[in-house]
Amino acid sequence: MSDAPMTEAVEAGDTFAGAVADYSADKQAFHVPWGKAMMWIFLLSDTFIFSTFLIGYMTVRMSVQDPWPLTSEVFALSMGGEPIPLLLIAIMTFILITSSGTMAMAVNMGYRKEKEKTFWLMVATAVLGASFVGMQMFEWTKLIVDEGVRPWYNPMGAAQFGSAFFMITGFHGLHVTGGVIYLLVVAFRVKNGFYERRGNNYEIVEIAGLYWHFVDLVWVFIFAFFYLW
Amino acid sequence: MAFVAFADRDHEQEHHDPQTFLTKYVWSQDHKVIAIQYGGIAILVGLIALGLSILMRLQLGFPNSFAVINPESYYQFVTMHGMIMVVYLLTALFLGGFGNYLIPLMCGSRDMVFPFLNMLSVWFYLLSVIILLASFFVPGGTTGAGWTLYPPQSISAGTPGAGMGIILMLVSLAVFIVAATMGGLNYVTTVLQARCKGMTLMRMPLSIWGIFMATVLALLAFPALLVSAIMMILDTTIKTSFFMPAMISAGEQLSYNDGSPILFQHLFWFFGHPEVYIVALPAFGLVSDVLATHARKNIFGYRMMVWAILAIGGLSFIVWAHHMYVSGMNPYFGFFFATTTLIIAVPTALKVYNWVLTLWQGNIHLRVPMLFAIAFIFTFIHGGLTGIFLGNVVIDLPLSDTYFVVAHFHMVMGVSPVLVVFASLYHWFPLMSGKMFNETLGKWHFWLTFLGAYSVYLPMHYLGFQGVPRRYFSMGTTDFLPESAQMLNASITVAAIILAAAQLLFFINIFMSLWKGKKAEKNCWGATSLEWLTPDQPPKHGNWGHDLPVVHRWAYDYSVPGQEQDYTPQTVPASEVPVGREHGVSTGFSFETDQEK
Repeated sequence: MSDAPMTEAVEAGDTFAGAVADYSADKQAFHVPWGKAMMWIFLLSDTFIFSTFLIGYMTVRMSVQDPWPLTSEVFALSMGGEPIPLLLIAIMTFILITSSGTMAMAVNMGYRKEKEKTFWLMVATAVLGASFVGMQMFEWTKLIVDEGVRPWYNPMGAAQFGSAFFMITGFHGLHVTGGVIYLLVVAFRVKNGFYERRGNNYEIVEIAGLYWHFVDLVWVFIFAFFYLW
Repeated sequence: MAFVAFADRDHEQEHHDPQTFLTKYVWSQDHKVIAIQYGGIAILVGLIALGLSILMRLQLGFPNSFAVINPESYYQFVTMHGMIMVVYLLTALFLGGFGNYLIPLMCGSRDMVFPFLNMLSVWFYLLSVIILLASFFVPGGTTGAGWTLYPPQSISAGTPGAGMGIILMLVSLAVFIVAATMGGLNYVTTVLQARCKGMTLMRMPLSIWGIFMATVLALLAFPALLVSAIMMILDTTIKTSFFMPAMISAGEQLSYNDGSPILFQHLFWFFGHPEVYIVALPAFGLVSDVLATHARKNIFGYRMMVWAILAIGGLSFIVWAHHMYVSGMNPYFGFFFATTTLIIAVPTALKVYNWVLTLWQGNIHLRVPMLFAIAFIFTFIHGGLTGIFLGNVVIDLPLSDTYFVVAHFHMVMGVSPVLVVFASLYHWFPLMSGKMFNETLGKWHFWLTFLGAYSVYLPMHYLGFQGVPRRYFSMGTTDFLPESAQMLNASITVAAIILAAAQLLFFINIFMSLWKGKKAEKNCWGATSLEWLTPDQPPKHGNWGHDLPVVHRWAYDYSVPGQEQDYTPQTVPASEVPVGREHGVSTGFSFETDQEK
């Protein structure tokens, strides 16, 4: 695709004009499949959703009068009679980050057209994601049953702690659950040759991966703002 | 990574034409059918909103003469009128309707990149409309909180529809946002990734630029509304306190504590202000194309028009708090937002000058679409100038919540976009249906609409200066209002009824033309852009027959000196007809793709 203005600009050594001509060229702005472009645009929109959630949470936290519970105590897990702060959440975060690793490997295997390995790596990613959601359920149960926190009430202080926590981690948990289903659908389609029949093209693995890494990244922010602040 | 563009893989893909009635017209994945579905639903729901506005006007013009209108139902009419008009009519019609119809046709693609998602989008939109309309029939009726839905009053006892009404409203908005996102992803991706050969970004018609930028705004602004809707649903149903402060209602302490109503206002307007431009930018784009076509002249300053659209889109995210000057915010904050608000006037004025300069020395054909398009320039200048008043904190404070505000926003984002809707519907009707509408009936419709709109909204400015507050069921005995204010209100109501009745002409015209109108000639306006150059009119599934079009010039080669014909379609190669004034600069140069060389 050597369109004249681009080539002229590049020949003249004007790389900025070359870049401009490239992006505003005909047919397509980015040299990627449309599915990938669409996923990036969706993720940008989703970023705004999570940013708004987190900004809403910060605003509420700054304005409440009642004390905010001490996160190192609320989220502690008892091991051998000793409360260890942030133990559960450290494990959850570790699992989610690991799942990003297996996802990246799945993308690599997808481009190498190794169907079997891609399938198993994607299943591993989905299993790690599902176990994250399971641990989240455990944490919710602990908060609700043992510590008596409700979305509208919190025995340790500001009710908004429960409201924001359940809303935001719940919304993120839904994203992870959706991602697990998405990954499994793609994984089984990789295995049964659905993509092989369509030009042996495994870009969809990378597109699913983009979503998965995004959900992971969001978790890092939720982790920082809820558990470390 | 090298990747072969959509347009270059056209022949690899198989095109299955839908066969049955259901796949052709109901569960259709064809962007043109989806566009008409979107447009039809939007116009129907818009007619409901029009009816509600007439009910409001009856109470204001002739207070307490109608038993069905009581204070509660009046507030419900106000709320639903506003919400339906802004979100369910204008947003859906411009993006879902015109966006769907024009993007693939003007960009030279066969369809949206993801037709299935596009189909889901229109069905989710229908679902959101059904949920919205269901709220008329639940106990307590629809919400009467005003379209801004400010808590605490929107979910407190005493406000109409504080129970089920507001919940259905919020759920409907959430579903609408899902629909708009699914559609929006398609529009943006199609514009970016699926254009035909030769269609560079700077050769796209301004309609596409306007719809594209509006969709980007929608994708980035709707999240704030979605989040605030979720928070408010939680506040209503399970009594969280995101937005609700401690309150005593009917002598009883509610369980709410420490929430921030101002947070909702910020979130709402972070959506709400870009929403204004979600409606306005497509209108800017469409009107530019209608003006250029019927003035037989290239749009003045194309490049600057594009940059103005982008600048307005960017600025629209940093002006939201000008809706909140009376919320008690820090004066420095107000200073910042007043400044950014007034800066928006620069690109906007640039566009208005360019529209007027497009008309200057043009060969103007005063056909129906052109009349509506020129009328838009009038109403938009009008509404824009009152915006400069309201953008200043010190002028806004006394005018806030008066009829001046009502007049301003109806002029700038009610009447103006609706005039463009009519201009565009008349302009593209021959393409969409293959039939020609009745010109005389169209002109009657235009004059009644244009003069009617002015006789409704112009007096409201005056009422606003008098201090008549908006959203009041009745004025009671107020010393500062002369009796003539009531007479003016009555005359506005009469004008509004005539204006609403005049819209019947439009529907008669459309349906009669569809039924037995004469066949429209191909490219009946002599336009240059791709949508008129399809092998069939109306375009069939797949749009382009066997081969995709190839574009050789911008969309505005009208009246190029030295040419016999006063327009050169975008597909005519430069070797046959030299390229006119691409980007406003006379160029003999056009870049062809490798295959042609």
